[in-house]
Amino acid sequence: MSWTPADPMVSIKDVHKSFGDLKVLNGVSLDVMKGDVICIIGPSGSGKSTLIRCVNALNDIQQGSILVEGQEVNDPNLNKLELRKKVGMVFQQYNLFPHKTALQNVMMAPVRVLKQDKAAAEAQALKLLAKVRLQGKENAFPGELSGGQQQRVAIARSLAMQPDVILFDEVTAALDPETVGEVLQTIKDLAEDGMTCILVTHEMGFAREVADHIYFTDRGVIVEHGPPDVFFDNATDPRTREFLSQIL
Amino acid sequence: MTYKTDLPVMMPVTQRKAEPFLRLKLWHGVPIALLFIIATSLAFAAEGDEKQSPLAVLMNWAPLLLQGFIFNLVISVSAMSLGTAVGALLGLGQISPNRAMSGSSWIITQFFRNAPWLVLLFFAMFLLPFEVSIFGLAIPFPDWFKAILGLSLPVMANVSEIVRGAVKSLPSGQWEAAESLAYTRRQTLWLIILPQCVKRMLPPWMNLYSILTMATVLASIVGVSEVMTLTGRALSAEGGRPELLAPFYGFVLLLFFAYCYPIARFTVRLEKKFAVIN
Repeated sequence: MSWTPADPMVSIKDVHKSFGDLKVLNGVSLDVMKGDVICIIGPSGSGKSTLIRCVNALNDIQQGSILVEGQEVNDPNLNKLELRKKVGMVFQQYNLFPHKTALQNVMMAPVRVLKQDKAAAEAQALKLLAKVRLQGKENAFPGELSGGQQQRVAIARSLAMQPDVILFDEVTAALDPETVGEVLQTIKDLAEDGMTCILVTHEMGFAREVADHIYFTDRGVIVEHGPPDVFFDNATDPRTREFLSQIL
Repeated sequence: MTYKTDLPVMMPVTQRKAEPFLRLKLWHGVPIALLFIIATSLAFAAEGDEKQSPLAVLMNWAPLLLQGFIFNLVISVSAMSLGTAVGALLGLGQISPNRAMSGSSWIITQFFRNAPWLVLLFFAMFLLPFEVSIFGLAIPFPDWFKAILGLSLPVMANVSEIVRGAVKSLPSGQWEAAESLAYTRRQTLWLIILPQCVKRMLPPWMNLYSILTMATVLASIVGVSEVMTLTGRALSAEGGRPELLAPFYGFVLLLFFAYCYPIARFTVRLEKKFAVIN
């Protein structure tokens, strides 16, 4: 059975995950097609972040299946490095490498991991930093950048690996309100370029604007999902309605 | 908003700056120690008659004592180098994902970290042979070499803990970011984690070196000809004049102070500098 681009890029089926006695994911299933932008929303502790961290094997799962381009992630013989070359990730706390400049942060992985030529990697990194609107900040260290700027470097760093799908784990949650917009704009640009994105977010307006599909999770299960218009205007499940009424 | 009150809990909090009682600078050490030596020697010299003054005796012996002190420094630098090299490996062993590796590294580290330095020194002195023969070639193990080995054991254990502590002190997000970019564990360690650890490790490492340098005089107990041993010999060669004790040992103290105090100051400076960056 080989994977073709017509199949889901990421296919999550009946995933269960617990930390000790605490059940975090309780049978979650969802598919992401190439070019899709999906947003996972839900109250804190509902397992959203855990779910996407399972996609690039930062967390392992106890039961179920996650296929990334047909490759099973829940497999003890999984080649994690090959998986992570295809799946990029951007974190809430940016997690830039503080001892490297913005440019080095972006070009290091292509050089060291993908063994790209240094000059080519640098040219690509400069292009990506320009794309996230950070011209002139190439030689700044993370400590010298604002939160929003750091997060955009992190996005560029992830893009430099030319992943097929990028996971965004509450990437604006730690930002000052005035820098949230610039990061969301960057993600929107990516989505328009056709990048497959899986976002965990609390930005409802943004989710409505860019997402192809919204998933609402609570207590480790997907309660409700649908296209943004349907989801936000005609939510049927009482839990979803209560959550939306608190947020909107 | 301030209330007129004499209740201490209602009074506005005033931060009192913790001013050190004495603001000593490095160069202050020299006059203090000299004063000490001169004062004590003068006190005793007052009763001496035709004998040489204690200070003059000290000056006669000073070159030899300095040589002994340099030997202490050689021991400290050698034990530090050896201990750092092995200790760094042990520290990396402690953070290894391999259970057997991390467990055994942990046990070795804890054992030597919680052992008295003097006992380790005795162990090295009396358990190591005075020479080993490899392929019929006899390689001697002189006392000073055994002292270096003995002192490097606690250094090794402490360096191991410094390495482990520095690695553990980095936020886990650094590991996760590197992992999600498909770095191997080895690449993550050498490219991302350890470069950030160096500046965290430097101040405790320098503290350890100071402590080691001061501990090198322990080698006198097992007969190595370092500065304390030589001081004792010089004193007995002068017929054990009691008025010589203070200037001679004061001189040794001064030597150590002049060497270790700048290191301590520099360490404090580094700590402050890194605290600002982080």
